[in-house]
Amino acid sequence: MTEKTDHKTTRRGFLASGIAVGGAVASGRAAVAGEAEITEMQPWRRNLGDPVNNAPYGTPSQFEADVLRRPVAWLTPDATTAVSFTPLHALDGTITPNGLCFERHHGGVAQVDPEKYRLMINGLVDRPLIFTLQDLLRFPRENRTYFLECAANSGMEWRGVQMDGVQFTHGMIHNVEYTGVPLRYLLEEAGVQTAGKWLLAEGGDASGMSRSIPMEKALEDCLIAFKMNGEALRAEQGYPVRLVVPGWEGNMWVKWLRRLEVGDMPWHHREETSKYSDLMADGRTRRFTWEMDAKSVITTPSPQAPVLHGKGPMVLSGLAWSGRGSIPRVDVTLDGGINWHQARMDGPELDKSLRRFYYDFNWDGTALLLQSRAHDSTGYVQPTKDALRSLRGVNSNYHNNGIQTWHLGKDGRVRNVEVT
Amino acid sequence: MLKLLSILVILTPSMPLAAEPMGLGRVAMPDEIAAWDIDVRPDGLGLPAGSGSVAFGEEVFVENCAACHGDFAEGVGRYPALAGGIGTLTDVRPTRTVGSFYPYLSTVWDFINRAMTVGYGTELSDDEIYAVTAYVLYSNDLVGDDFVLSRENFTSIRLPNEGGFYMDNRAQVELPRFRHLACMSECKSSVEITMTVKNTGE
Ligand code: HEC
Repeated sequence: MTEKTDHKTTRRGFLASGIAVGGAVASGRAAVAGEAEITEMQPWRRNLGDPVNNAPYGTPSQFEADVLRRPVAWLTPDATTAVSFTPLHALDGTITPNGLCFERHHGGVAQVDPEKYRLMINGLVDRPLIFTLQDLLRFPRENRTYFLECAANSGMEWRGVQMDGVQFTHGMIHNVEYTGVPLRYLLEEAGVQTAGKWLLAEGGDASGMSRSIPMEKALEDCLIAFKMNGEALRAEQGYPVRLVVPGWEGNMWVKWLRRLEVGDMPWHHREETSKYSDLMADGRTRRFTWEMDAKSVITTPSPQAPVLHGKGPMVLSGLAWSGRGSIPRVDVTLDGGINWHQARMDGPELDKSLRRFYYDFNWDGTALLLQSRAHDSTGYVQPTKDALRSLRGVNSNYHNNGIQTWHLGKDGRVRNVEVT
Repeated sequence: MLKLLSILVILTPSMPLAAEPMGLGRVAMPDEIAAWDIDVRPDGLGLPAGSGSVAFGEEVFVENCAACHGDFAEGVGRYPALAGGIGTLTDVRPTRTVGSFYPYLSTVWDFINRAMTVGYGTELSDDEIYAVTAYVLYSNDLVGDDFVLSRENFTSIRLPNEGGFYMDNRAQVELPRFRHLACMSECKSSVEITMTVKNTGE
């Protein structure tokens, strides 16, 4: 009787008895075989958790606090024309969570009031038009999953290894399910005149980002998107409306889209001449290199995701993509390219979208040179960095889709290397 | 007729709609188009009336641009140089500027107007933009110090690297080379590490 009351009455009594029990376990530890994680009660078992709706917009577990976009300050002049990178080493599957999609802005992150949002179509059209966001929502819409890769992704590696982590060598990419209206519907609404062969897409942000897009592409598969992975676009991804240009370099996917002008020739604006063009070894420059060549990279293990488990079964994992189609196949080598193995392809083979691959093997604990090699649906095989350098030189800054090599040391550490 | 209409009404909700105009949106008014249609093309389309001299451009530049781009457009810190580098495009470290790299002057006018004014707290008149554009030409030794740039003489100014650009030719130069059967075994006799990353001091 009294014992029962003791347990229940005061919090102090409860705590005291708790300490007594704990003490008993501690003193009797030798007798209890097993991991403390199991033999001792953990706080999340002992205590009720947070109430529902504690975080009305959910955030990742507190233990995932390291999984963040990260900038590289020295790459760009200042923080309003800058880049932050997707933490590919910490992600799996193919969809990039919205808060981790890399950012690249040229005039900071615009905060556009959706009530004041307007989209203009002008130029060589029968009816220059203005749409509100509500107007856009009345066109039939589609959901499509596409990768967006910055033309400068891996650009720091043209002269040789420089960045020590897949987040920085390959993290200017994300893969998102967009909800949007085919651009074709809006152009049909305005009535493109026969001379209208080009489209200028322009942002409403402080940089007024502008790019020329050939009409063929605009009519083929571009989307006027307002949702990403089901929710409204994030401000840093162009809220409320961005252009989706599947398979083509990320800079063309104009954010905070405010205007589309139809014209009979390209505009040759700054971001398609001075930037996002490829200076070749002969001093001449390739322009309008829109399609992103097939590419792949091993995301784990990688420098930020070393092997902590020692030898034995290991899951090697990576991503592959192509701006020209889908990825039916990826090969993986453990010896720097002497022998290759077909990776296990996972998930659906979508056009212009990331594909996840795995290679499951027994690590013998020796040092390895890991590479992956993408094959796309057009038969293109991802080239080595040296093959690209022999064609383009090392000053093109952009469009580096060469094979990445990671050195896995006996200690499980991974370094960015290049091999013969 | 009424009967036909009601049939249409019944059918429409389940039919794809996009082929015919749907009557969404409204017509853009000329003043609205004028407010937003700021782009300029190499053939001069989009240039407003106006002009500006190198001398006036220097004043405008020193006041509004030099903090980031330097008094002589040579660049400050990580902010880009707008002048110099002519003849360096085949160097180990080329310098890409308006003078050495840009194909068209219209690109300069357009970019200064769209990205280098209001965002940085500067409102420049069309004449002032002609003037700073003239000053950028002057700082590249492409015009004399008495030069005046205007809509009328704009397209007569050609930049040195105009012929240096060509259309993406990967379809001819690269794709045939990279569409091949992939070697799977004993693809090379040995492998050496040629480079290892240094600590980037992240
Ligand atoms: C606060 C700093 C700042 C000021 C002031 C500024 N700029 Fe810039 N400028 C930049 C940055 C940053 C870039 C690169 C932008 C980017 O890449 O997104 C740039 C780019 C440029 C470019 C393109 C360079 C290239 O290589 O393509 C030109 C031309 C230019 N500025 C002209 C001007 C002029 C003219 C003014 C004055 C009216 C001006 N800028 C004022 C920071 C500035």
